[in-house]
Amino acid sequence: MPLRRVRFTFRTDLIQRPVIYELGKEFEIVTNIRRADVGQDTSWVVLELEGSVEEIDRGLAWVTEQGVEVSALEGDILAG
Amino acid sequence: MPNVQSLRCKECGRDYPQEPIYVCDFCFGPLEVNYDYDAIAKNISRESIQDGPLTIWRYDELLPASRDNAVNIGAGMTPLLKADNLGKELGLNNLWIKNDAANPTHSFKDRVVSVASTKAVEFDFDTIACASTGNLAGATAAHGAKAGMNTMVFIPSDLERGKILGAAVFGSVVLVNGNYDDVNRLCSELGDDRRWAFVNINMRPYYSEGSKSIGYELAEQLGWRAPQHVVVPVASGSLFTKVYKGLQEFAQLGIIDSADTKMHIAQPFGCSPVAKAFVEGVAHPKPVVPDTIAKSLAIGSPADGMYSVGIANKTGGSGTIVPESEISEGMKLLAETEGIFTETAGGVVISTLRRLAREGVIGPDEETVALITGTGLKTLEAIEDVVSTKTIDPTVRSFDEIVMGTAVN
Repeated sequence: MPLRRVRFTFRTDLIQRPVIYELGKEFEIVTNIRRADVGQDTSWVVLELEGSVEEIDRGLAWVTEQGVEVSALEGDILAG
Repeated sequence: MPNVQSLRCKECGRDYPQEPIYVCDFCFGPLEVNYDYDAIAKNISRESIQDGPLTIWRYDELLPASRDNAVNIGAGMTPLLKADNLGKELGLNNLWIKNDAANPTHSFKDRVVSVASTKAVEFDFDTIACASTGNLAGATAAHGAKAGMNTMVFIPSDLERGKILGAAVFGSVVLVNGNYDDVNRLCSELGDDRRWAFVNINMRPYYSEGSKSIGYELAEQLGWRAPQHVVVPVASGSLFTKVYKGLQEFAQLGIIDSADTKMHIAQPFGCSPVAKAFVEGVAHPKPVVPDTIAKSLAIGSPADGMYSVGIANKTGGSGTIVPESEISEGMKLLAETEGIFTETAGGVVISTLRRLAREGVIGPDEETVALITGTGLKTLEAIEDVVSTKTIDPTVRSFDEIVMGTAVN
């Protein structure tokens, strides 16, 4: 099953919401948190997602719709 | 390399063998080259460095590859110029410009790609790849050509023609129909899928080490000492962290007495996640969608942003957000005072410098280096509105009238 490593950055108003739990419940995706920092203003979580490519794409689109910033683990690749 | 012990996770400290990998399997932290500094200390001296080639490879004891096998088109040892005219303009009496536009493909990216391509050959890759809107494309294409490798340079298809041709002249360039995010996603997938040396993905731990050479050169060219301030344009933050690391390594090895340099972050308003995090006192930059004329700084999700904020804080540095309108002003000011035509990122640096001098963050007599990372010839469109020319008829009368402003009887 394909794996994808991503970083979620949460706004203050989303910190109390169990977005990662909902992602695993609503989609056929296994979530595996590897590193995180939950602060007062912003929080981020680095995690691995396991599922079909289509399901991960759908799941990430949903997470983005909720207001979570989704970025690739390696940051932006397209450089100047 | 005898001087390299491992790749080490910057977060959890786990060690990995020297392979084309970039992330810790355990905590997903970034991997960094871990050196045997005791062994290096026995071999390196000011004299041994001065006996080396006039490229970044004079510092190969502190790079992850040997100069003997280097893919070398002459990156490094760019001029460090005393900038008295600009200094007078800004009220800085001890100002230097490090002009990395003098590299072979006219930007600092030659430093990092020279190291990345050398490692790519060492790892027996036959293809070297990158995704770029400018400087990295040219550097990767040129070094790929020199190494005799297949080259895959991915460029958004709507990029200015001059930039496309500037990279395509060296070999294969692939134009992608899509926006910034589309190109990022495609390259992320290809990076996972193909056995290529992707310079800023699986080669990243080695690639980024090339930027340390700027720190080494600053110290050497200043007469074996670290400057009090360095102003660095920040995109991913890799350059910022590695200039700092280079100075620290020299101090640790006793090549210079100390490195108490204050590191200053320079970013444009349209893409300033790192400077904003510094200003707001937040450790981790929040990703943004870039919208700036400083295309070479348009990294909305900076991989080394958090580390850059940490270094700026630790050294007593700063973070400056430059209004977009001041970028071309900075470019023009540097050109008019020092005869150096910089890219937009350099405009961000000069405008940052002006603000830091005005606010007293940098004192008038403090030794300061402004890092100019690339040439303005690649971003001509940025200065169209701030330069003017005069057109005359081919007569002395027309010249006197229009250029000299002399009334003609």
